[in-house]
Amino acid sequence: MRALKDEGVKLIFGYPGGAALHIYDAIFRQKALQHILVRHEQGATHAADGYSRATGKPGVALVTSGPGATNAITGLATAYMDSIPLIVISGQVHSHLIGTDSFQETDMIGISRPIVKHSFMVQDAEDIPRIIQEAFYIATSGRSGPVVIDIPKDKTDPSKLYQYKRMKQVTLRSYKPRVVPHPGQIKKASKNLLSAERPVIYAGGGVILGDAHKELIALNKILKAPVTNTLMGLGAYPAADKYFMGMLGMHGTYQANMAMHNADVILAIGARFDDRITNTPSLFAPKAHIIHIDVDPASISKIINADIPIVGQVKESLAALIKEIKRSKLKIDSDALDSWNAQIASWRKTHGLNHDLYLQKTKSKMIIPQVVVQELYHATKGNAYVTSDVGQHQMFVAQYYHFNKPRRWINSGGLGTMGFGLPAAMGVKLAYPKQEVVCVTGEGSIQMCIQELSTCLQYNLPIKIININNEALGMVRQWQDMNYGGRYSASTYADSLPDFVKLAESYGHVGMKVTKQSELRQTLDKAFAMTDRLVFIDIYVDPDEHVYPMLVAPNGSLQDMWITKNKKA
Amino acid sequence: MKRIISMLIENKPGALARVVGLFHQRGYNIESLNVGPVFDGTYSRMTVTTRGSENEVEQITKQINKIIDVIKVADLTEGEHHEYEFILIKFNKLKLTIKIQKILKPLGGKVLEKNTKVIVMSASGSSSDVEAAIKAIGKANLLEVVRSGSLGLHEGEKVLTI
Repeated sequence: MRALKDEGVKLIFGYPGGAALHIYDAIFRQKALQHILVRHEQGATHAADGYSRATGKPGVALVTSGPGATNAITGLATAYMDSIPLIVISGQVHSHLIGTDSFQETDMIGISRPIVKHSFMVQDAEDIPRIIQEAFYIATSGRSGPVVIDIPKDKTDPSKLYQYKRMKQVTLRSYKPRVVPHPGQIKKASKNLLSAERPVIYAGGGVILGDAHKELIALNKILKAPVTNTLMGLGAYPAADKYFMGMLGMHGTYQANMAMHNADVILAIGARFDDRITNTPSLFAPKAHIIHIDVDPASISKIINADIPIVGQVKESLAALIKEIKRSKLKIDSDALDSWNAQIASWRKTHGLNHDLYLQKTKSKMIIPQVVVQELYHATKGNAYVTSDVGQHQMFVAQYYHFNKPRRWINSGGLGTMGFGLPAAMGVKLAYPKQEVVCVTGEGSIQMCIQELSTCLQYNLPIKIININNEALGMVRQWQDMNYGGRYSASTYADSLPDFVKLAESYGHVGMKVTKQSELRQTLDKAFAMTDRLVFIDIYVDPDEHVYPMLVAPNGSLQDMWITKNKKA
Repeated sequence: MKRIISMLIENKPGALARVVGLFHQRGYNIESLNVGPVFDGTYSRMTVTTRGSENEVEQITKQINKIIDVIKVADLTEGEHHEYEFILIKFNKLKLTIKIQKILKPLGGKVLEKNTKVIVMSASGSSSDVEAAIKAIGKANLLEVVRSGSLGLHEGEKVLTI
């Protein structure tokens, strides 16, 4: 407990069980750390993860051995794929029972190995403070990520006392995460960027994790290049800025994908050329010279070869790049940039997203899901922390909720974990009780961690849940429409959905249902006016409204997009 | 192309599993593996042989480097290097003894056990020499073969050290 307190931990999300009971007794006997009892260990890991994404500090989850540990696995994998610093402490059976198939025994270190940055099994109780200190250091430094600490029950035996030691500084001979960006590479990148005619800045989640959004904005004050963010990078560059093109990739905007495909220089920052970004790698951005800044050398030239690799902390690398650009005699080619930005504006005009859909009278009798997001933006003045689950609703938020600040958009990008949204929102709300926290979800995803509604009541977390209800697994349905001739295999369940209003009420919250567009705005206003209550707003939308643009796959490039169900751009 | 990757890893429980797991996880195959503690025993030297293109092996070494317990990694096949492998064999066709001894002579073949029923011999050399020798003896003539897997280090003054 003391080691956790010394790491600045204020909240632990967890669920008790036999092997963790000594630790739970220690929690009871102290006041520095608050424990949040979730209803399922997956909820604990997502809540700690959400807390981390919103605050930048590592989140902590505590689970017991066996099923407690295995239930934490999805949360670990979620954090691992998005490089989120997360500490999961798992109880383990008595050390003399390990390997005997004893009650609630599972090899947590083995099961979690491929989805953690590192893990520790406590062998000596007196090592616990050192291990906790090392775990936090590893989780938060370099390319951050989750760390597991597995503690056999006998190593937390309260009848044995040890001296508490804390190192001034953690040093590990096998782990040196700090890398200084190479000055020669910075120089090359500067020259390349300043002589570019069609540059694009492609910024990912690394800019947010590396706390480098200010540097990114400062850099583009000079470069005046169009900017696109990945799903994980939304908020790293202000959406309101005139150079912002929106998200790129599978459901990226037309202009962002076209700009990437036609660019002569791409500056990739804290992004990893995921397959949802590149489409077919061999067809990716054929004319572009690629500069890639990343703290993780293994991310560079993994999928797409980088012409100028820069290994370093994003913040530090961008600062060095700005300094070098200011020092350089070269100046940006304003004429070329003007015509490039004009080209992007014309792409935006032809197939760009309509950000004022909510002002239009819709032909459809049903609510269009995009309008829900736009009305949400309106109701929250664009200032909310928005978590999401996975599917069409997630993409609609990414496209239509304009994030101007980092750490406001909290979603499972890499792993795509349904069930993430509600527990993540709990973590955010506990970190920032006075801020508006919204979970945008779908009737599929929300049911994967719905039990956490009970946790929200226990700790009085007035989250607003926007349930975009299309009575089907929307994204699955969309793929079945596009690629499987509309055969809806296992993606519909309209007759067996719960009454979400009653469900919310039975958990002690407020439930609201909206089926007409004319009622949408007033219902949202009413819900957000209830500042001390969790409100579950069940919004029935048009199930045939899909997410576009959509990249043509397989064998497509970034310029091959479906603009509507039947029309390719 | 065959690659020899040499590394120094912490001599801690789980360190070996992390390295081996990574190969599997990232879709690479391990052809041979050798590991043992060296110097003060707090760390081990490990040699893995695998197959892959230059890009693939670069990605493997980068990923291995990210494992917290790995201190250093080098792809020995990038430059000049020594490669050596030890084998133990057992056979019971005693009339072949002279022939087998002759085959293993350039590999420093030694008889470790000889009686009326079996003969056990050791030998060492480059993996390709060892393979050629086993082939020359003939699978059908051997009861058992044990191979250490390749061991390797850089030629010249270059060393892999902490």
